[in-house]
Amino acid sequence: MGSVGAKEVPVLLSPDGKRIDGRKLDELRSMRIVAGALHQADGSAFVEWGANKVMAAVYGPREVHPRHLQQNNKAIVQCKYNMAAFSVDERKRPGLDRRSQEISKVIAEAFESVIFVEEFPRTSIDIYIEVLQANAGTRCAGVVAASVALADAGIPMVDLLPAVAVGKVAGKIALDLKKEEDNFGEADLPMALVPQSGRLVLLQMEGHMTGPELSESLDLGVVGCRAIYEKMKQALRDRYQLGGPSEGAAQ
Amino acid sequence: MSNEVTAEILGTHVLDLARQGRRLDGRGLDEYRKVTVEPGFVASADGSALVRIGATAVVAGVKLEPGKPFPDTPNAGVLTTNAELVPLSNPSFEPGPPHPRAIEVSRVIDRAIRAAEAIDLTKLCVTPGEKTWVCYVDVHVIDHSGNLIDAGSLAALTALAHATLPAKRFGIAESDSPLALQHQPVETTFVRLGDAIVVDPSFDEELACQGRLTIATDELANVVAMQKGLIGAFSPEDVKSLAERAFQHGDRMRKLAAGA
Amino acid sequence: MGHGHRRGHRGRGPGGVPPRSDGERTLVLPGEEIDVHGLQPGPGTYRVDGRTYASVLGLLSRRPPVVRVIPLSGRYIPKPQDIVVGTVTDVQTTFWLLDIGAPRWAPLHMTGTPWKIEVGECGQYLHVGDTVVVAIENIDPTGRIGVTMLGDDLGKVDGGTVVTMSPAKVPRVIGRSGSMIQMLTNETGCRIAVGQNGRVWVDGTPEGMQRVREALRLIEEEGQRSGLTDRVAGYLGSTRQPGDAAPMPTPTRPPFEPPSPIDGGDEPDDDAGPAPF
Repeated sequence: MGSVGAKEVPVLLSPDGKRIDGRKLDELRSMRIVAGALHQADGSAFVEWGANKVMAAVYGPREVHPRHLQQNNKAIVQCKYNMAAFSVDERKRPGLDRRSQEISKVIAEAFESVIFVEEFPRTSIDIYIEVLQANAGTRCAGVVAASVALADAGIPMVDLLPAVAVGKVAGKIALDLKKEEDNFGEADLPMALVPQSGRLVLLQMEGHMTGPELSESLDLGVVGCRAIYEKMKQALRDRYQLGGPSEGAAQ
Repeated sequence: MSNEVTAEILGTHVLDLARQGRRLDGRGLDEYRKVTVEPGFVASADGSALVRIGATAVVAGVKLEPGKPFPDTPNAGVLTTNAELVPLSNPSFEPGPPHPRAIEVSRVIDRAIRAAEAIDLTKLCVTPGEKTWVCYVDVHVIDHSGNLIDAGSLAALTALAHATLPAKRFGIAESDSPLALQHQPVETTFVRLGDAIVVDPSFDEELACQGRLTIATDELANVVAMQKGLIGAFSPEDVKSLAERAFQHGDRMRKLAAGA
Repeated sequence: MGHGHRRGHRGRGPGGVPPRSDGERTLVLPGEEIDVHGLQPGPGTYRVDGRTYASVLGLLSRRPPVVRVIPLSGRYIPKPQDIVVGTVTDVQTTFWLLDIGAPRWAPLHMTGTPWKIEVGECGQYLHVGDTVVVAIENIDPTGRIGVTMLGDDLGKVDGGTVVTMSPAKVPRVIGRSGSMIQMLTNETGCRIAVGQNGRVWVDGTPEGMQRVREALRLIEEEGQRSGLTDRVAGYLGSTRQPGDAAPMPTPTRPPFEPPSPIDGGDEPDDDAGPAPF
């Protein structure tokens, strides 16, 4: 994802503690979530997060094809995370690469950890994530979009799944890295939190962190996830709470 | 699932309506659904557009990178068009290698751009035989509710019309410059529903139809590409009158693509 | 995988008639804690450590002795006795598979039809793409959905069209005690069969079918706003054409009577009977 010609390390943190885009260390990029963005899917969501643009769709629970993938006691959760060719600086060749396949797998497993899959034996719940514009943190944006899409599709689950990446930038732990920070930072730690239980169902890390830095990162990530959680809930309320005074809900 | 089955009575109903000059969504036979064009939708592309035709939505992105010219055309740039019909966009699309229908959409869009000479490929040449610009047009279908070819080609044209040659980024020139369009091909797709032939088929109409015809026109009133698809037939007289309709629809779409 | 925390979960199982609302319609989201007020957690909820949470997006309904969440979206979840509109997707030697918009295809066995069929002759009676009105008989523990065509309102339909909408909006289409469907029928002269799975079969004049389609779209898009009945009545009134409500030009014997709407409507209904739990 390195941008061509940008060989010099940019100044990632100013003397007064401001990041490359003026954010504070614990500040999220701006985020807009639209629940129910597509017509064909059972559930869908569009997430604009910083300079990321990610669409997610959910189909199912539905019949499993090929049939040998069926599980007799539960639904299978399948995920395809895919980047559009034009989503990154250097055109990405269309098709699934190893990175996309790994991300798809960990996202599917994160969602299977919260979906009540035993309610729909022998079916498939299919999650599709299309990254249309990428600027670091696309797997987290994909998880946020897919989670809202799952709720929009009426899938029963323990909770929504907010996600964010924490990283280390110029020696400091920072929330929600953007591209330059991801490229030139010292560590990247994406995570997804189940707010109801306080547990993490997606967790990856790459780079260098000390024990105390790891601890700080996890705490910061949880705070970030809880803020994103509120935005996800609001997006779903905006879609479903159009009720007039007599039929509207309490909030 | 590839084995989504649609109710046959719905197809029969579509045909019954067409016989009376009607359509399922209340449109006239020669009427498009609402078309909207949003250029510059993807900042990571050198040119891009989000196009909606009714409930169909596609995003096109143009990427320009230096590369080697083909040996048989040392003075010309390289143009590649690709359409992705991802399973996000429709319950009947499955993950996996490109389906023949995705390849057909790619090639029909590509053919119009190429045949119309939308881009002067010789202007993409940097050093003959050595270095040229490679222009990738990628069309990503995100919501498939029918007529992907028109939506995809309009998105591709709009993306090209607003594209920039990133010459500075690749150290080829001091500054970036617009990728000037030479011609503006637009594809117009019709389907036969009994004796009626309707423009801009919806998903249900595509399933019910007896043949599809796409006619690409340019701003000089040339037909630059055609494609007959699906099962069914058209008479030469049909094709002649559809070409006239295609010129009119094409002119309106060209204005949208140019941002009018 | 050891999902110990799921043990208390109650699925969206057979629920019978929609519950009576307690008047306050609160939207809840998955993971949201629910104050049960001493009621038992019902479908659409789960329990962890003595606390109750919503498992689906929907409206909270407290109807003693149960608190449940009524889903506002998602695929059709079959319940016994529901009448649904389905499409034949496959023909086997002794049964057909139907797409009824549920998580799984539903087998219709040849013995569940009024026809005397020999093994291997299923293909002579129903073809892939045919539309049928069937009733849900049972859902076995593996999730298999048993359906039947034996019953007064059931059978294969010919002609007309199918309109697909969210199953969550079906109670709105039916209306309180069938009032909405009655209005659509009276105003357009169409025969209408509302499947609980969100598929609606409509037959009548082209204008009539178009008006029903438009009215259903209105109900689907604006079903959560108040005054829905008035707005649908307004639409139908403004598009009324002479002869619309007249009998069909050449009436053919209907393949079935439209399903009676007595089991529909999620509006509070004073004589809705005892709670299904």
